[in-house]
Amino acid sequence: MSRKFPKITLWRAIFAAIMLCGLYATYVRVMYGLAGSTNLSDRFPWGLWIGFDVMCGVGLAAGGFTLVAAVHIFNIEEYKPVLRPAILTAFLGYVLVVVGLLYDLGRPDRLWHPLVMWNPRSVMFEVAWCVTLYTTVLFLEFIPVVFEKFGWHRPMAWIHRISVPLMIVGVLLSTLHQSSLGSLFLIVPEKLYPLWYTPILPLLFWVSAIAVGLAMTIFESWHSSRAFGRALELPLLASMARVLAVLLSVYLWIRFLDMSHRHVFGLLRVNRIETWLFGLEILLMAVPTVLLYQANMRMRPGALYACAVMVVFGFITNRLNVGITGLEAGSGVHYFPKWSEVAVTLSIVAAGFAIFRAIAQYFPIFEAHSRETAPSRVEETEEHLVEAG
Amino acid sequence: MSKAILYDSTLCIGCKACEAACAERWGLPYDSQIAAEERISAHKLTAIETHGERFSRRLCMNCIQPACASVCPVGALQKTALGPVTYDADKCMGCRYCLQACPFQVPSYEWAKRLPKMRKCNMCYERQSQGKPTACTEACPVGATKGGERDELLAEAQQRIAEKPGQYYGKIYGLKEAGGTSVLYLSAVPFEQIGLRTNVPNEPLPETTWRVLELVPDVVSTGSVLLGGIWWITNRRAEVAKKEGAKKEVRRR
Repeated sequence: MSRKFPKITLWRAIFAAIMLCGLYATYVRVMYGLAGSTNLSDRFPWGLWIGFDVMCGVGLAAGGFTLVAAVHIFNIEEYKPVLRPAILTAFLGYVLVVVGLLYDLGRPDRLWHPLVMWNPRSVMFEVAWCVTLYTTVLFLEFIPVVFEKFGWHRPMAWIHRISVPLMIVGVLLSTLHQSSLGSLFLIVPEKLYPLWYTPILPLLFWVSAIAVGLAMTIFESWHSSRAFGRALELPLLASMARVLAVLLSVYLWIRFLDMSHRHVFGLLRVNRIETWLFGLEILLMAVPTVLLYQANMRMRPGALYACAVMVVFGFITNRLNVGITGLEAGSGVHYFPKWSEVAVTLSIVAAGFAIFRAIAQYFPIFEAHSRETAPSRVEETEEHLVEAG
Repeated sequence: MSKAILYDSTLCIGCKACEAACAERWGLPYDSQIAAEERISAHKLTAIETHGERFSRRLCMNCIQPACASVCPVGALQKTALGPVTYDADKCMGCRYCLQACPFQVPSYEWAKRLPKMRKCNMCYERQSQGKPTACTEACPVGATKGGERDELLAEAQQRIAEKPGQYYGKIYGLKEAGGTSVLYLSAVPFEQIGLRTNVPNEPLPETTWRVLELVPDVVSTGSVLLGGIWWITNRRAEVAKKEGAKKEVRRR
């Protein structure tokens, strides 16, 4: 009898509204091209779809490789319960990055070209190959969940045999393209604001990707525990938060060193939008670092969650600064995304949450499935879904 | 030996004959309205800019080591031995990294089209490969735009500066910018005053990314040994621990 229409709640309505806007924006994109659907121009060729959908999308999916490395290569067994959700997030994340690219590319029908037409001197070529291969790896890392669900033992055994090299390849590919997303911007020394332009951009991108991978894992665990009424794996997440604090410290320290070597601290005295955005980015990373060093913060689910959210937003601010705002002054252009750019981005994020939820419901993603699903809780989560989107 | 263009801003009279010739060579529309646009775009691959009483011409610099060609993931852009940087629209997937990477902000995109292409001057590659001059040099009535070999044009530019030092700023734009370009500028005033970007590094830009990309084989090889090694150590530990555990169980019995 619950097979009737799903109950209409405020958050479901908002979700539907976002998807409808996205659908209309898709129509505008197809019919009127990039000029009709974006505020991009010759002097500002990359906007929200690259700055957020690709740069943040790939980064936020970094939990996949971080946890695979931790559990299977460093053999930290205690992280195992959150491995599958991390792999699923990563897989969905990469698929959605490709969807975002289909919107952004002038000729989406030629998405496959870099696989055939090579230019090994291009960072973008390397990223294209890595993302293609790594999405395949993620698919293979995720597929055992499907096999398990349907009890297919033979393919399971087959995939188990190649799992170790597969995972090593996955970690290497991730290292390469997570850092290369930073290398993309090495070619614009005269355009990117000096607070962000540094020859070590690839290193910074890699370290921050690992950190945000852990933060995303905490974020997801918190949400899924509410969505599916599971107990929160608090000791596990607290121990992960410890690692996160150390990683963030390393990241901030490298940035500090780099800035002092490049003598750019003077720029912080200049009252410009870049200074404030830089400050915001550093603050969103530094505050959770300090908080997570304290045991009572790590053991409080609310505080832990808040810290993870701050790291995620700090990361997003950083990627948007490098990919969009830091380039505006150097390009002599002011860019603000068009409604259709925002609509597409929001619907991709919303779709991501919805698909994750659907898969997590039907497949064994969370191992200790203590299903005491209270229906009211399900709705609660949707609020957060939309909030996060 | 490679072809180049020398543009002498002090000689230019702003007649825009180069613009018209360029539009004709590309089969692009050209009328008084387009002539009034002082900016290069997808439908105007060269443009005369007015800076007070001076003129400046914008066109693709056809860099010696072009950033656009190095970043293109599909190799649609190529630096030819002849000098021009050419573009193969059939390869282009529209990532627009060339627009982002160009330190001179030259490439333009056909934003409004459903199947868009990138557009830029290619120093009349087709004409030059048949031994003909570029359309713009042929059209220029006063010799402000002159074609030829880069070395010879550089020598000539230096000679012009030496002969009339009071008339020239004294530097050649394009000599070292972005590692050197195939389009060279002479001016009476500092180059930023005629709208040229003077913050372009003298280092060839492809170097900035290649320094990292050339490490890829090292990262992959070192990384696989390291990760494989760590896996081997940690799993060995786990195996040993398991066996020890089993032994203890046996002893206890």
